[in-house]
Amino acid sequence: MSIFITEETVEGADDGPLAGKTVAIKDNISTAGVRTTCGSAMLDDYVPPYDATVVERLKDAGADIVGKTNMDEFGMGTTTETSAFGPTENPVAEGHVPGGSSGGSAAAVAAGEADLALGSDTGGSVRCPAAFCGVVGIKPTYGLVSRYGLVAYANSLEQIGPFGSTVEEAAALLDVIAGPDERDATTREAGADANYADAADGDVDGLSIGVPTELVDGADEGVKEQFYAALDELEAQGATTHEVSLESVEYAVQAYYVIAMSEASSNLARFDGVRYGHSGGYDGNWNETFGKAREEGFGAEVKRRVLLGTYALSAGYHDKYYKQAQDARAWVKQDFDEALSSADVLASPTMPVPPMELGESLSDPLKMYLADANTVPVNLADLPAISVPAGETDGLPVGVQLVGPAFGEETIIRAASALD
Amino acid sequence: MSDTEATPDDVRHVAELARVDLDEDEVDEFAAQFADILDYFDALDEVPAVDREADLVNVMRPDEVREGLTQEEALSNAAETEDGYFKGPNVS
Repeated sequence: MSIFITEETVEGADDGPLAGKTVAIKDNISTAGVRTTCGSAMLDDYVPPYDATVVERLKDAGADIVGKTNMDEFGMGTTTETSAFGPTENPVAEGHVPGGSSGGSAAAVAAGEADLALGSDTGGSVRCPAAFCGVVGIKPTYGLVSRYGLVAYANSLEQIGPFGSTVEEAAALLDVIAGPDERDATTREAGADANYADAADGDVDGLSIGVPTELVDGADEGVKEQFYAALDELEAQGATTHEVSLESVEYAVQAYYVIAMSEASSNLARFDGVRYGHSGGYDGNWNETFGKAREEGFGAEVKRRVLLGTYALSAGYHDKYYKQAQDARAWVKQDFDEALSSADVLASPTMPVPPMELGESLSDPLKMYLADANTVPVNLADLPAISVPAGETDGLPVGVQLVGPAFGEETIIRAASALD
Repeated sequence: MSDTEATPDDVRHVAELARVDLDEDEVDEFAAQFADILDYFDALDEVPAVDREADLVNVMRPDEVREGLTQEEALSNAAETEDGYFKGPNVS
């Protein structure tokens, strides 16, 4: 039930904007000289010889790294139960999951084991555990934060994102890690001169909030109650709300999983046990040996996604699944652009359900995939989003998600800080 | 009903393409789950064709020699090495 896979302290520079702060790092972000497992038996004893760009920036900013956090294997899961190292328990909701896949990172902040934490968000993996653990999590615009040194799961969707106890603290961590990186050609100049921590001033007077009905209707009653209470609070502070429609989101979960699994099947092809990772030994030829190494090294959810991704990309099915998923992705982008032309931010519950009980969703993958309905559209549209705590239902944390236009992090941080 | 069926043979075939050995229990379990999941993915058939605003630019940097990993670092995670090389299984 541990939060960390590896506890090890790496001291940062003597001074800087994060001097004296402790940071926990998700175990799929490379740390030089510190074991980085991705929650997988495949990388049980893998020690990267270099730092991810975000880790380099943290150290330069004076932060002390306190450990590598538990996660769903290779980021594949919504509960941190697919880790080869066992599940993490939600520190604020006994017997329940912390959310996934960055569950260890959110739990580290919620339990006070670290001031701040980094996770990665491919389909909601920062926002989901933030909502379930009652902390703040930010999924940055695609291209704002370097992915150099992040072990790839689905490149076109994933971004590294910060956790904090407050919006301002999470924003301050984003200030440190954001900005272009010559080692990641998908990073952009936009946002380079932003100041996210300063944007957490709580000023929502005149802010226009769109509420996508499709992302509210399906949520649990208790979650809805807390969500509408949060909207009331924002209105009391001078914001206005109106309903918007995102017709395309009905297809977002399907499109997300087809694209993510397809990219995963390609990315995880590198794990053959020859240059790094679990080796199957060398009985037999190349293919036999790889098949054995991958059978032993990968857990069930990883195999499920690699196989489904291989299927979706195979001859005869590429047009049926992958091409149609790309069409759906373009439609989702268009829908969000339209909704954000009449609103500064869009608001919804982060998760339609409160944290599941440990073990509850493991046996039914499709049910687990459906829990991601509110978060995955944002990754398909490459947009920024924040999850901020909004009370509890039956003693279980509820999060509100605020989505902004591309590189509109300051706006969603400002809006979220009004709920802190 | 779906027009997609995932038989145990389909699962075995795709596992072979993906170079992942499976035991028989896994094959049966995945076949049942894949049928449900692929059935759910079939909803994508209803998605209209959408114009994609492809706003693509090249972001090439100059190709300059710079420091990389040392040979020792590059080999440090390999299970087997020989004479400064990775050692892998037989090709055939």
